[in-house]
Amino acid sequence: MSENSSLLKLKRISKVFSKGTVDEVRALDKIDLNVAVEDYITVIGSNGAGKTTLLNIIAGVYPPESGEIMLNGRNITKLSEYRCAEFVGRVYQDPHVGTAAKMSIEENMAMALLRGQPRGLRVATNKQRRELFRIALAPLGLGLENRLNALVGTLSGGQRQALALVMATLSNPAILLLDEHIATLDPRTAQIVLDLTDMIVKREKMTAIMVTHNMEMALHHGNRLIMMHKGRIVVDMNQEQRADLSIQDLVVAFERASGEEFVDDSVLLRPGNVVGVSDL
Amino acid sequence: MLDPAAVGHLLGFSLYEGLVFGFLALGVYITFRVLSFPDLTVDGSFVLGAAVAAVLIVNGMNPFLATLAALGAGLCAGLVTSLLNTKLRIPALLASILVMVGLYSINLRIMGRPSLPLLREVTIFSLASHLPGLENRLVYQLVVAGVLAVMVFLILNWFLRTEIGLALRATGDNEQMVRGAGVDTDKTTILGVSIANGLVAFSGGVVAQAQGFVDVNMGIGMIIIGLASVIIGEALFRPKGVARLLLAVLGGAFIYRLVLSAALRLGMAPGDLKLITALIVIIALSVPYLQKKIRREWLPPAPRW
Repeated sequence: MSENSSLLKLKRISKVFSKGTVDEVRALDKIDLNVAVEDYITVIGSNGAGKTTLLNIIAGVYPPESGEIMLNGRNITKLSEYRCAEFVGRVYQDPHVGTAAKMSIEENMAMALLRGQPRGLRVATNKQRRELFRIALAPLGLGLENRLNALVGTLSGGQRQALALVMATLSNPAILLLDEHIATLDPRTAQIVLDLTDMIVKREKMTAIMVTHNMEMALHHGNRLIMMHKGRIVVDMNQEQRADLSIQDLVVAFERASGEEFVDDSVLLRPGNVVGVSDL
Repeated sequence: MLDPAAVGHLLGFSLYEGLVFGFLALGVYITFRVLSFPDLTVDGSFVLGAAVAAVLIVNGMNPFLATLAALGAGLCAGLVTSLLNTKLRIPALLASILVMVGLYSINLRIMGRPSLPLLREVTIFSLASHLPGLENRLVYQLVVAGVLAVMVFLILNWFLRTEIGLALRATGDNEQMVRGAGVDTDKTTILGVSIANGLVAFSGGVVAQAQGFVDVNMGIGMIIIGLASVIIGEALFRPKGVARLLLAVLGGAFIYRLVLSAALRLGMAPGDLKLITALIVIIALSVPYLQKKIRREWLPPAPRW
C-alpha cells in the first residue's frame, strides 16, 4: 500500500442523507481510504455501517457532501455514475440489477464490452465479438458460451449473477465493486461465483472491493480487510495483520476500534461469539 | 356469399391502412415497449406531422420533402416530452400529456384553421398514381405505403441492433445496468422518444396525404390505435428478435385494420370505432392479470404511472 502505487484515494469523504430533517443519517463520516493497485479488499460491518454507501460514492451514484475522490491522480468526485462506469465495474446483490432480462446474452455482453467507450452506429454484435464473449464465458463452466442468443430472463439467478460478474470485468475496469454479490445465491452457486470472482480478480490483476456480511469470507478472500461502523472505517488490516485472525479476534478488534459492543448477528452469524459488554 | 373481389379489396385496403398506421404503431412500440416510457404525445404529434406536411404541400413543397419535414417536426415534439421528463423530472405520462395538449394549439397555429383539404395538391400518392401500371387507387396506395414501410423497417431493424440502438433497448429493460455500463440513460431516453414521435408524425404526414385532408382532431385516440396494434401483434405472432418484433407490430396494425374494416362492412357505426378499440386494449391488457388471478398467483399492485 505504498503511496506511489495508490490507485484510488478517498479523502475525508462524508455523505449525509435527508440532511436537515429528523431522519438525517450520516452514512459516511470523513472517510479516508487508500486503495493500492491490485488490492482486493473485503469490507464488513453491521447494517447501516455505510458499506453500500461507500461503493455508491466510488461508483458515482451520488456525490459526497464533502471530500475528494482521486482515481489515478484524477479527481472523479463529481463524475456521474455513467461517467464513472469507465473505471468502475460493479456486481450488485440482486442478479436482476446487473443484467437486462429481455435481451440476449450476447446483447448484454455487447453492452458491457463498450463500457466507457463511445457507442456508434456499428451493429453491436459481430463474429469477432461473439468469439470474445465465448472465451470470456467459457471459464464459468455453465455452458453460457453456447447459448449466446438465449434471453437473459430465461437464466437462473446464479447464472445471471455469473454473467453479471463476467460483464462487470469484461472491459477490464480500473476497479471492481462487489456488493454482497453472492448473498442471494444458494450455497453451491454462491461458492462457484465466489471462486470465479477470485479467479477473475487474480487473472486480470484487478483491484477489487468486496462488501460481505460473512466474516469467514471477509477473512479468507482478498488481501486486505476493512471493517466499517457508523460511517467510519474502524479496522483496516493487511494480509499479514489478518493472517492468523479468527472470527473471534475480528470481533475483539472491532470492539476495540469502535469502542462499542458488537451486537449485530447478521454480521456475526454465530451469536455465541459475542463477547461480554465492554466499556459502555 | 363472400364475394372474392370484395374480400380482396378488404384485404388490400386493410394492408394499406395497416402499413400507413403501422408507422404510428412502430413509434408507440418504441416508447411503450422498448423504452418502457408511457408516451401520450402521440395524439398530438400525429396531427403535428399531418399539419406540417399539409401546409408545406399547399405551399408548393415537394411532397417527399414535406413528409420528411413532418418526421422532423415529430422528432422535436418527442424531444420536448423527453426533456421535460429527463431534465425537469416530470413523470413521463404527465410530461407527454402536457406536450399533447400544447400541440393542439400549435397544430391549429400551423394550419391556421381547424381543417385543411389536400384534394388537388401534389402528394406522394398522386405522384405515384402517374406511374405506369399504378392507375388503380388501391394499387398505388399499396405500392407507396409498401415502399415506405420496407424503408422504415430496414432502417429500424438496423438501428435497433447498432451499439446505440442496443443501449436504447437496454434502457427500457434495465436502466441501472445501462448506467453501470457507462451510458447516459437520459440521452438514450431522449433519442428514443424523439425517434418514436418522428415515426408517429411521419405516419400522420402520410395519412394526411392518403385521405386528402387534415383535421385538428384527427389525432384523438391514436395512442390507443397504436397500442392495440402492438398488443395484437405481440399476442398473435409471439415474436423473438428485433426483425420479427418490428414485423409483428406491422402485422398487428394490419390485423387491427382488417378487423375494423370488416366490422364497418358488417354495419358497425364509424363513431363506435374508438370504443371498440378501447375495449380491445382493455381486454388485451387485463387478460394476463385475470388469468393469474384465476390461478391464484400473487400479483403486485397496479403501477400508477
